[in-house]
Amino acid sequence: MAELAFHLNGTPVSLAGVSPTRTLLDWLREDRGLKGTKEGCNEGDCGACTVMVQDENGARALNACILFLPQLAGKSVTTVEGLSPDGKPHPVQEAMVAHHGSQCGFCTPGFVMSLATAHLTGERDHDMVLAGNLCRCTGYAPIIRAAEAASDLPVPGHMGGGFPKGDESPFGEGGSGGREAPPTLDAFATWYEENPDATLIAGATDVGLWVTKQLRDLPKPAFLAPLAELNRIAPAGDRLVIGAGVTIETLRKALTDSHPDFARMLRRYASLQVRNAATIGGNIANGSPIGDGPPALIAMGATLTLRKGATRRVLPLEDFFLAYRSQDRRPGEFVESVSIPANAPDLRCYKVSKRFDQDISAVLGCFDLTVADGKVTAARIAFGGMAGTPKRAAHVEAALIGRPFSAEGIAPARAAFALDFQPMTDMRASAAYRLTVAQNLLTRYLLDRQGTPTNVLEVAP
Amino acid sequence: MTMGQSLPHDSAPLHVSGRATYVDDIRLPEGALHLAFGLSTVAHGEITGMDLSAVRAAPGVVMVLSAQDFDHVPDVSPVAGDEPLLADGVVHYLGQAVFLVAATSHLAARKAARLAKVTYRELPALLTVEAALAADSRFEQGPITWERGDLAAGFAAAAHVVEGEMEVGGQEHFYLEGQVAAAIPTEEGMHIMASTQHPTEIQHKVAHALHLPMAAVRVEMRRMGGGFGGKESQGNALAVACAVVAARTGRPAKLRYDRDDDMMVTGKRHDLKIRYRAGCDAAGRITAVDVVHLIRCGWSQDLSLAVADRAMLHADNAYFIPNIRIESHRLKTNTQSATAYRGFGGPQGIIGMERIIDHLAFVSGRDPVEIMQANFYAERAGGFTPPDPRDISASMKDEVQTTQYGMEVEDSVSGRLVPQLLADCDYAARKAEIAEWNAASPILKRGIAVTPVKFGISFTLTFLNQAGALVHVYQDGSVHLSHGGTEMGQGLNQKVAQVVAGVFGLQARDVQITAADTGKVPNTSATAASSGSDLNGKAAEDAALKIRARMAEFLAGKYGVEAGSVRFTGGEVRVAGERHAFAQVAQWVWQARISLSSTGFYATPKITWDRVRGQGRPFLYFAYGAAVTEVVLDTLTGENRILRVDILHDTGRSLNPALDIGQVEGAYVQGAGWLTTEELVWDQKGRLTTHAPSTYKIPAVSDRPPVFNVALWSEPNREDTVGKSKAVGEPPFNLGISAFLALSHAIQSCGTAYPALDAPATAERVLMAVERVRA
Repeated sequence: MAELAFHLNGTPVSLAGVSPTRTLLDWLREDRGLKGTKEGCNEGDCGACTVMVQDENGARALNACILFLPQLAGKSVTTVEGLSPDGKPHPVQEAMVAHHGSQCGFCTPGFVMSLATAHLTGERDHDMVLAGNLCRCTGYAPIIRAAEAASDLPVPGHMGGGFPKGDESPFGEGGSGGREAPPTLDAFATWYEENPDATLIAGATDVGLWVTKQLRDLPKPAFLAPLAELNRIAPAGDRLVIGAGVTIETLRKALTDSHPDFARMLRRYASLQVRNAATIGGNIANGSPIGDGPPALIAMGATLTLRKGATRRVLPLEDFFLAYRSQDRRPGEFVESVSIPANAPDLRCYKVSKRFDQDISAVLGCFDLTVADGKVTAARIAFGGMAGTPKRAAHVEAALIGRPFSAEGIAPARAAFALDFQPMTDMRASAAYRLTVAQNLLTRYLLDRQGTPTNVLEVAP
Repeated sequence: MTMGQSLPHDSAPLHVSGRATYVDDIRLPEGALHLAFGLSTVAHGEITGMDLSAVRAAPGVVMVLSAQDFDHVPDVSPVAGDEPLLADGVVHYLGQAVFLVAATSHLAARKAARLAKVTYRELPALLTVEAALAADSRFEQGPITWERGDLAAGFAAAAHVVEGEMEVGGQEHFYLEGQVAAAIPTEEGMHIMASTQHPTEIQHKVAHALHLPMAAVRVEMRRMGGGFGGKESQGNALAVACAVVAARTGRPAKLRYDRDDDMMVTGKRHDLKIRYRAGCDAAGRITAVDVVHLIRCGWSQDLSLAVADRAMLHADNAYFIPNIRIESHRLKTNTQSATAYRGFGGPQGIIGMERIIDHLAFVSGRDPVEIMQANFYAERAGGFTPPDPRDISASMKDEVQTTQYGMEVEDSVSGRLVPQLLADCDYAARKAEIAEWNAASPILKRGIAVTPVKFGISFTLTFLNQAGALVHVYQDGSVHLSHGGTEMGQGLNQKVAQVVAGVFGLQARDVQITAADTGKVPNTSATAASSGSDLNGKAAEDAALKIRARMAEFLAGKYGVEAGSVRFTGGEVRVAGERHAFAQVAQWVWQARISLSSTGFYATPKITWDRVRGQGRPFLYFAYGAAVTEVVLDTLTGENRILRVDILHDTGRSLNPALDIGQVEGAYVQGAGWLTTEELVWDQKGRLTTHAPSTYKIPAVSDRPPVFNVALWSEPNREDTVGKSKAVGEPPFNLGISAFLALSHAIQSCGTAYPALDAPATAERVLMAVERVRA
């Protein structure tokens, strides 16, 4: 493999010959002897391995356990060991001590890195920042006290300058490493058409587990992040075209005003560390029946652009999902972009899971109904967790169109759910619960649009 | 005075900088091997074939062991001798270790372990308590039953009788640091580093496996990344595996479980079914309780008998029940061997009693608080008497009330503590406001509930209530502390250092904390049963007092004064009007050829316990507390969240209020998690399907109560404990029950039937209960 270069705690690092699926966590602990970054779960669900990564797009927290070394090419990595290079504790470290934010201490470096990253970026929503950091000892209260206490303290000088620019660029001669992704999308498309057995890796939040949990060897890993053309959100008439490489967190921020309810749901999509890595293209191409992106996009009327070599084809997103883990994607073809309406004022996305944050949906119901003169004139409804794919509720939609948008009007549609969905029982929920909740979410949508409170998260203590 | 100071955790600066060292962070000598177990894939079956050739041939593999490689497969059980390190012909649960791989890296070992071809002849697997009960598959001969009073008379006197059954789920410990151990062969024998609450047991098991005397095995334990009971016995297998490989290869060996393996292999909190029948009179006084515990113990005995005993010991919670019968079935199933988990059965007993109160309150149309207050154990004469002294039995008026196991409850403060908490958090007015709010809210419903706790402190296996310590004062006045307790995040080392510093008139930072080490303090008990600071604090205090007495004697002789007049305070020693630095005195004493080192020892007084009869005084004292939790739920999905929590918890005269509040906050959230989002699911083949944090959901940051008021009830312990403090690790875990009961209360506002909520009250279970009460 080509040389791979990045900065670690302010020091240039140049590596040759490392496996492209070597994780940053294993490399830090086993090769560099940096033991401050901990392995709690090795699947991106606990945050004990959180590190800060900086590049031209700023600083973000990532889970080192499912981050492959080539993903770091040209970036700057800060671990807990690099947080106080002058020996003076970082303000969040001081606050965590003063407010008793650590007990066993094992999750603490991860918390500190999430907090220090947020301290740098100015993000004050501590619940959002820390949703991906599990602590079993403290009950979190003292950690939040520490976060609040540190918020207003100045950022230490060494934090901001973490990403070298210009002549100091740490990009190695060899580029991004691994199956070196060609620099332009056109060239990549040509290459992938010729190498359809390659493993495309965007954020690695799922592919990472193929390595850390399934212990698979990935054929021809190809890292997509350097393909700038995939990382854009661009208006196109009355639509927005979202590149497949746009991360979920970038998307969430970009859509906060235009698609507020979608953005609110994305706030509960995994955790900040995962959203900082995961891409919308990966969420779609993965084809999971429980991914949170597709149902919302389908309800909005998204179209998908697939590309193979120089050829593109466009299809309604719902048509991409054929059956469980089977998608309409041909060898050598990849997800290039997804197009959505420029706004979606009537869209509501309801995520139901055992835990509010950092959980996989038992049921995700997304509704976009057009109502005129008290009647439903158009309906797009899609669910996750209810079938082997993200799926549109065609029978429910049909049962609603032309009916009054009222409790009586929507009542007959309840029965249609069983025609659209025969959900399964698994560790997240029973089939019966899923079906009942799906039906009840239609009621919630009606009440929600009528202004009746239905969200427990909006009840003040 | 150092005792009582709210000092941070002694390791906090190391925690936040990543410099705190855990077992997996220790650099092992060259050539270290990394181990992984190969796990069974069926819940019960005879091994009919085991082809490990591909495992042996895998890259990096150095050694592969199965049961046939041992004359006697080492036992890794804590008590019963029923857990072979590697399955010996038969597997008893899905996830049992069948073979062991040693390789040159962690990843190589894990990869190789998946290459085995093991075949089984499957046997019927008992997965549920019902199945085990039907098959009479149990530990001990039959159910254990304790009875007091006259149950029939109690029911005859009842104005209201309730009957029901509830499921209470288990709980994965989810210590953030998974199980890990390492072994380094030495010329004496074996040096073990393990993440364990019980170094002495590891020492014992390793010595037994290697046929060495215990003296040849040294176990060192600096800190755990969380324990919660899960590292009391569950680390034995890892340490023994490492020791066996290290002994056979002469190379260091380390084993750490991947998280999924950790959850598949190790035991969890015991789940159970509780069947109950109970009655109260028209005044709300409980006249009879008949309760049955069906406890799922898993495939081996582990600590299950003591856990089940403690559930029985807490079946009364904070209430005097004149007529009570408790029947406990310890059922053997083909699942992970359930083990110690914070509370050790206590929470399982307490939730049954609180369910009965909730149910009785529902049928009698009372606030549960009224039933509670009518039944709290009386406070002993001489203490404060509640304004409404019960007259359940006129003959008992002047006597101390006793528990169902015959222990006098001398220290009950529930009758004062609970009313104070209710007043402080404005319970009555909030409850009325919630009723109004619910009437106007068609979809969202709020609920509020109170849970008082009385928790017995001491190991019920009486001989375990002992501890040792070793204190050195060096010639420069610095102090070195070793004790038998282990640090798992609870701040035990800091508390004990505060005790020792207090004896010498020093600051806690002047006392050097060191790793628990079986070479320094032998024959330790597990750091468990909340006993860490009670036992080890006393032992260390004893050691320090002995050294201080020698220093005082020396000065008394030197200055011709009484030793009792010598004062150790503020880093100085005051004698005959002079003040000397502590270090100066230490140097004098050393030069006078007087020992500045001492062991210390403590054995808990007063306790006696006849386990077979279920009679005696198993506990030195009780710790008390109460919580009020308010929740809101959504009747369309069952989604729910905690809105506010108020806690008043009894820590005696706290050794360190900041650490104690940390224990209370953390325990509450862990307890609430147990009963809400933390659901363990096994499929029909006995496979645990929730074996990673992606599917097993402990509370996340936003699940913490947004309003969380914790206050300490700080009346000194009536017993002679260290600094008059009380144990704090487990008792507040039970306060999380109030979250569960607040959900029950919210569901009650949806209909007319009793919710009969099962635990954990996931959104699904809450929605089912809502539909039930509406039916």
